[in-house]
Amino acid sequence: MSAHAPAAQGLSDCREAWVKALEALAQDDDRIVAVVNDSVGSSKLGGFQKKFPDRLINVGIAEQCMVGVGAGLANGGRIPFVSAAGCFLTGRSLEQVKADIVYANFNVKLVGQSSGVAYGELGPTHHSIEDFAWLRLFNTLTVIAPSDAWETAEAVKWAATHEGPVYLRLSRMAVPELDVPNRVFRVGQAELVRKGGDVTIVACGTTVHLAVAAAEALQAEGIGARVLNMATINPLDEAAILAAADETRAIVTVEEASIRGGLGGAVAELTAANRPVPVERVGFPGFVPTGSVEWLFNEFGLSAAGIAAAAHRALKRAKA
Amino acid sequence: MSLQNDTVARIKEKALWMRRRAFKMVYDAQLGHPGGDFSATDIIATLYFGVMNYDAAKPNLPGRDRFIMSKGHATGALYTVLCAAGYFPEDWLATYMQPRSMLNGHPNRNYLPGVETNTGPLGHGLPVATGIAIAGQITGASYRTFVLTGDGEMQEGSNWEAAMTAGNRKLENLTWIVDRNRLQQGAGTEETNGLDPLDKKFEAFGWDVSMVDGHDAEALLAALSAAPTGKPRAIIANTTKGKGVSFMENKASWHHGVPNDDQFATAMKELI
Ligand SMILES: Cc1ncc(C[n+]2csc(CCOP(=O)(O)OP(=O)(O)O)c2C)c(N)n1
Ligand SMILES: [Mg+2]
Repeated sequence: MSAHAPAAQGLSDCREAWVKALEALAQDDDRIVAVVNDSVGSSKLGGFQKKFPDRLINVGIAEQCMVGVGAGLANGGRIPFVSAAGCFLTGRSLEQVKADIVYANFNVKLVGQSSGVAYGELGPTHHSIEDFAWLRLFNTLTVIAPSDAWETAEAVKWAATHEGPVYLRLSRMAVPELDVPNRVFRVGQAELVRKGGDVTIVACGTTVHLAVAAAEALQAEGIGARVLNMATINPLDEAAILAAADETRAIVTVEEASIRGGLGGAVAELTAANRPVPVERVGFPGFVPTGSVEWLFNEFGLSAAGIAAAAHRALKRAKA
Repeated sequence: MSLQNDTVARIKEKALWMRRRAFKMVYDAQLGHPGGDFSATDIIATLYFGVMNYDAAKPNLPGRDRFIMSKGHATGALYTVLCAAGYFPEDWLATYMQPRSMLNGHPNRNYLPGVETNTGPLGHGLPVATGIAIAGQITGASYRTFVLTGDGEMQEGSNWEAAMTAGNRKLENLTWIVDRNRLQQGAGTEETNGLDPLDKKFEAFGWDVSMVDGHDAEALLAALSAAPTGKPRAIIANTTKGKGVSFMENKASWHHGVPNDDQFATAMKELI
């Protein structure tokens, strides 16, 4: 945990923050190692490899092996950060994640790079939009999707000291730092980004910035939208969601992921069972057509306008 | 003899057109995997214009020979060969990677005729090809199945599971070509997780193995058309990543590098 005053104006896509944090940690703790699948470049680990050549283990294009090797390294007293494109890290190695990492409870940090639809035109095989749903099912796996560079660095530092399996789901979307005064990174707790009493927008990853933009648009129409940064998808901050269900009339979830089973699924599950309120889920319905990241975001309503429209739909269904 | 010469000339002509057209696609989209397109071009051109039986107008004929592009990132090579073979009109190529294009960054069989299966994640093609070959074996069909993998791709364990299955089942109707350009995404294969000696490994798994120059259409034709041996056939095609463009050859950075205006112009001058 550390306090933070937002400063930077520039946009950052989180990967710089991830490697900077990892290199600093590795400098101080020689147990930290990185494991990759021919993904040194895409994980931005070239600098790490130069500094710590013996601690960068590249198994080649072999993700199942990579995750198993991570478990073995943890058994051998290392703290492995297993880093690969989110789609292959989770999809290809799902059983290794389940059995070797989570069930066996090894202290391994899985780092999904270029998650969501960052690979745009390369298509659904390279998108990682199913990962939240798959990994959220493992109740002892901490799943974090940071909203910006600062939170990425905090999450990496937290993961290194936390004893237990973690999935860090990193975005490649360039965003500014989230404008929240005196930020403190708290795993498992929603961050209140914006107050509001009519509707709550729950977002994670870099889509939190879109949620803020949507809240501003709604404000102009006289609708108060609360924005929660739910960087930790698992374990979910249930208290914050139930409070939103009590205190506002509807909930909109936003994620760069499938609307099935992920953050939206988790919120719908929780509210349906405990405090039924209208929930609109913004995300991808399934495999998407060919298109750039920007095109896909706009096409599927991952935009200020799309989220505001979802808020209107939710409020329309809500009791007055 | 002259028939053979005609075939080789035709393959070369198609391969040249494929390289030029694929590079234009990559240039226009500013996306793609041109290094792996160019190492695979001559192999794929030989298959479609010298070896395989197919009718592009009837892409689902049960008796067709099958080609599986396991290294699905090399869509420049795959889409240009399918276009040249008549599966779809040339103007479709201009939509490469555009919104809602049928020419996605990785091939989708539901979008394009001639695509046998969806690839993109490495290590999927050989198991699927093995299944196609088993279907042929148990039904007594006479079609052949060809699959092209990368060499870095061989690090995926799924390939070896399929290699064992095909070897044990003596799938002589299956031909596997490895695009042995000795580079993967970030570095050389041998410095990443070495593969040599590939031939010995394949032999040990029960395959009939040959090695050819993967840019020599005549040699490829001979290897791909050789009589069946009672075993599945593996052809290690020694290739050059980025083949045909001087500044791209043997450079890992051209795995998914894209050309600027000058580089595009230079490449068009060299590809003649
Ligand atoms: C399962 C999986 N892991 C990683 C990747 C990312 N990737 C795409 S191409 C590539 C390198 C492939 O190298 P190689 O098989 O040698 O192909 P070629 O040199 O012919 O392009 C990698 C790592 C992928 N597509 N699939
Ligand atoms: Mg290669």
